[in-house]
Amino acid sequence: MKCSEFLNELTSYLDGVLDEKTKVELENHLSWCHNCYVVCDTTKKTIEIYRDSQLYELPEDLRSRLRSAIMTKCLQHKKRGPQSV
Amino acid sequence: MGAIQNKLEGPVSEELSLVRAAKRGDDSAFEELVRRYDRNVFRIAQHITQNREDAEDVVQEAFLKAYGNLAKFQEQSKFYTWLVRIAVNEALMKLRRRKPERTVSLDEDIKTEEDSLPREIADWSPNPEQQYTQAELREILSKTIQGLPPGFRTVFVLRDVEGLSTEETAAALELSVPAVKSRLLRARLQLRDRLGRYFQRREGANGKPEVKDGDLKNGDVASGDGNQ
Repeated sequence: MKCSEFLNELTSYLDGVLDEKTKVELENHLSWCHNCYVVCDTTKKTIEIYRDSQLYELPEDLRSRLRSAIMTKCLQHKKRGPQSV
Repeated sequence: MGAIQNKLEGPVSEELSLVRAAKRGDDSAFEELVRRYDRNVFRIAQHITQNREDAEDVVQEAFLKAYGNLAKFQEQSKFYTWLVRIAVNEALMKLRRRKPERTVSLDEDIKTEEDSLPREIADWSPNPEQQYTQAELREILSKTIQGLPPGFRTVFVLRDVEGLSTEETAAALELSVPAVKSRLLRARLQLRDRLGRYFQRREGANGKPEVKDGDLKNGDVASGDGNQ
């Protein structure tokens, strides 16, 4: 497997959807190509850091205010009868 | 090096029961759907709009639209996927209003394949995120993702932050599966490249990576990208 082929398969590999044969070829490539190993490892870390980051969490007080506003508007909409929202 | 696991929402059958009850007029069932997905919709909206007030508006408008159009929901996809599609459209509309001088579309053709190629190969420190405080890390992550074109960051957020499958992301964004895969790869590689600036294994005098003064304050993480 060449480095460019590794790059094409990287997303499928990280998502765990590669077929067994390609996965073996890719892991063989990673065992000797340090650059691709680093790209693979740091891309995986990138995803994990974003996933675990709790970026843009909705604070509980704002959450209840929003939910209450949503339900009030939904009930108003219901009273007015079916029309475009 | 193993695959990354997706975080999944509650059972689909439970979701469907709530949707059907809401369709019959049970507002507490709809409120339960709001409770279940409001945090996800807020995160997606803020990632796209990069603005908290807009994200709050998007949450309200998306749920209100979902409520008003519930009868039209055919149950051929998960309710959540349908809701995400509504929320993404609302968020993109906000972005267009805010930045009318720029084209904001998920269909925009963004550069060539060249931007997929990693520019920086240097390895990162072990547990690089631990070199920063939570607040510093959030700022780095926020500014870094802001530098991606909306079409890239939306795919990244749905797939990698919210854990939708490739097919669900394609359905929510009305893109083809190959388009989602291609954007996801490029988004992941671009974010990796940009984060490398903060996380690379190269020690400065204070033990932290040598990031230039003012990088965080001036927000020039995004400056290398003129696509947005």
